[in-house]
Amino acid sequence: MTDVAHASSPHLAHHFEDMGQQRASASLGMWTFLGTEVMFFGGLFAAYCAYRFSSPDAFRIASRHLSVLLGSINTAVLLTSSLTVALAVRAGQTGDRKEQVRYLLLTMLLGVAFLGIKAVEYSMEFKDHLVPGWNFSYSVLHIPSDVPERTAERTELFFVFYFFMTGLHALHMIIGIGVFAWITHRARRGEFTPEYHTPLECSGLYWHFVDIVWVFLYPLLYLVDLHK
Amino acid sequence: MSATIEEVETQRTEENYLTADYGIWSWFFTTDHKRIGIMYMISITFFFFLGGAAATLMRLELMTPGGDVVQAETYNKLFTLHGVMMIFFFLVPSIPAVLGNFLLPIMIGARDLAFPKINLASWYFYMVGGLFTVWAILAGGVDTGWTFYTPYSTMFSNTSVILAVVGVFINGFSSIFTGLNFLVTVHKMRAPGMTWFRLPLFVWAMYATSIILVLATPVIAVAMFLIILERSFGVGIFNPKLGGDPILFQHLFWFYSHPVVYVMILPGMGVVSEIVACFARRAVFGYKFMAYALLAIAVIGFLVWGHHMFVSGQSMYGSMVFSMLSFLVAIPSAIKIFNWTATIHKGSLSFDTPMLYALGFIGLFTIGGLTGLMLASLAIDVHVHDTYFVVAHFHYIMVGSAVMAYLGGLHFWWPKMTGRMYPEIWGKLSALVVFVGFNLTFFPQFVLGYLGMPRRYYEYPAEFQVLNVMSTAGASILAVGYVLPLIYLVLSLWLGPKVGSNPWNATGLEWQTSSPPPKHNFDVTPVVKEPPYAYSEERNLT
Repeated sequence: MTDVAHASSPHLAHHFEDMGQQRASASLGMWTFLGTEVMFFGGLFAAYCAYRFSSPDAFRIASRHLSVLLGSINTAVLLTSSLTVALAVRAGQTGDRKEQVRYLLLTMLLGVAFLGIKAVEYSMEFKDHLVPGWNFSYSVLHIPSDVPERTAERTELFFVFYFFMTGLHALHMIIGIGVFAWITHRARRGEFTPEYHTPLECSGLYWHFVDIVWVFLYPLLYLVDLHK
Repeated sequence: MSATIEEVETQRTEENYLTADYGIWSWFFTTDHKRIGIMYMISITFFFFLGGAAATLMRLELMTPGGDVVQAETYNKLFTLHGVMMIFFFLVPSIPAVLGNFLLPIMIGARDLAFPKINLASWYFYMVGGLFTVWAILAGGVDTGWTFYTPYSTMFSNTSVILAVVGVFINGFSSIFTGLNFLVTVHKMRAPGMTWFRLPLFVWAMYATSIILVLATPVIAVAMFLIILERSFGVGIFNPKLGGDPILFQHLFWFYSHPVVYVMILPGMGVVSEIVACFARRAVFGYKFMAYALLAIAVIGFLVWGHHMFVSGQSMYGSMVFSMLSFLVAIPSAIKIFNWTATIHKGSLSFDTPMLYALGFIGLFTIGGLTGLMLASLAIDVHVHDTYFVVAHFHYIMVGSAVMAYLGGLHFWWPKMTGRMYPEIWGKLSALVVFVGFNLTFFPQFVLGYLGMPRRYYEYPAEFQVLNVMSTAGASILAVGYVLPLIYLVLSLWLGPKVGSNPWNATGLEWQTSSPPPKHNFDVTPVVKEPPYAYSEERNLT
């Protein structure tokens, strides 16, 4: 019985009945994993909200020292990479090997560009003495002398959240680029056909998720004080 | 016990999952869910006895009012070690990773879990996490308690907090991988005819548990990560001196750690449902309600974490809401107790070892659950907060219920897992010893707590000594009860009589395949044509 099932595709694992079951399982598994990721970042967003709502002034003062320009450029870069991933998945569905490779390489390029710009930002903030636990100094923040002490302390907390959340996001991007390197290799060998392209689809889902995290991080970190 | 000689003879010649491959690497690189379950069983047994040794030393110290066996610092490290080992490395993985891994695919008629390699990875993450924690012990131990409360854990403790926290963090991946695997497997890999309401309640319990594992574990991962950050770099996320808020840590911590209490108890409820049905020879009363109750406990369990923080300084209105929500958990829990009782009522009962453990579970869970209601009441909780009353309450749930269910399940499915029967007389004796020892250990602690003895103290006023001596005496009996199964179960691997596919004459797909099962569980994918627990007169006679 198992021999009959296995004859249908070389990609069918021994414990699945058919390719449909295998694809549905992989897809559900990926969505479940993204659910755990939502809870992972969710804990941090909850902590961020707790401090921002109790000390809104601190977050306004601190947020002014991030580069809105570079943050916005990065947002554009990342959203474009989501488009190229979608096109790569589309190419997987049509089985166009060249298109798959081209769009995957483009996505990785955009991902590297994002990380490069992020690195520039980090180095600017390092020079400004804004890295908590490393070289943080309140003096560059120009905190008005009339704010309560708690507000002043929480400007540093803003930067803790900034570095930790963008750092975790960057880590997810690095993992994503690594995954795409492997997927690109498989795409070049022509593994992905209209019948079988689950790995391409699932890694695409992951990349979209990483993008969405940034879509929340960008306004929460960069645009706190922009309405003034 | 109805296996005929012919059956046994045919089993012996067939290849099974144990004989399919040989050599140590065939185990370390296996992706067979049954072998991974066995590997988990061996590992959690190790951590169980490690945590148990710490408990033994604590009980010895508490035999007298003064500090004579160990001093305060060592005692703090002992209860931390006990808590971390028992919760993260024994109770959370116990039934899901051992019995769930082994049985879930077989029970739904699948050849394996949906992601066998991720399943193997989960065991490695578990072991690496465990080794980090053992490293923390060897490096001098940790004294924060298993809760790692800030700012003590981040600013003041001079012990190996980071190593232990890293261990817990890594172990989280193993929980997530197991939960994810179970969820997808139940959704996508059920055999033809195995509809949702034909699933055994054990599978429902695994499903509800997996929801919690997948959604709660990431939150403690973040909390542990932030502790590492704060301790390593001196930033003040939870440190009030630097603008942080320690209560935020408690929220993040209990958002995981309360639901995870249900990770420890829901699987036990699943096991007990299987056992009770089999030894009462009846279908579980109110099957659908039992399934819904499992899901309800999993969902409501996410909304009650604040009841650990009634005296932490959280808002009074918050506490009132958390108190009310905590009472809601009693409804599905009571449904389960009533339905097991109704299943037993007028059943054709027999009292083999698994049934003794299951009955013990029902009784002890009732006590643990009712005292939980007392603790959910704001006024009583303020009085008994951080006393031995709390310790007794959660040990009735985690030891009295969860460990009893694990042992009951282990005995029930032992012939399936090994192909050998354990010695029944020793089984019954150990079940009895565990029950007596457990109650003698923990019932006096209810009284101690109500009289005001705080937990986590290594010395106490002399007036509490009688009850403490009772508790320590009970602990030594309990220890015998836990060592006995270790000995006779291991010996039964060689000495136990071989059994056929269905020694209990039970329903369920796992009893239709041979014992031990073949590598891919079924030679032909089964087709399910009847509801679960189809016990009937004819089946009873065979």
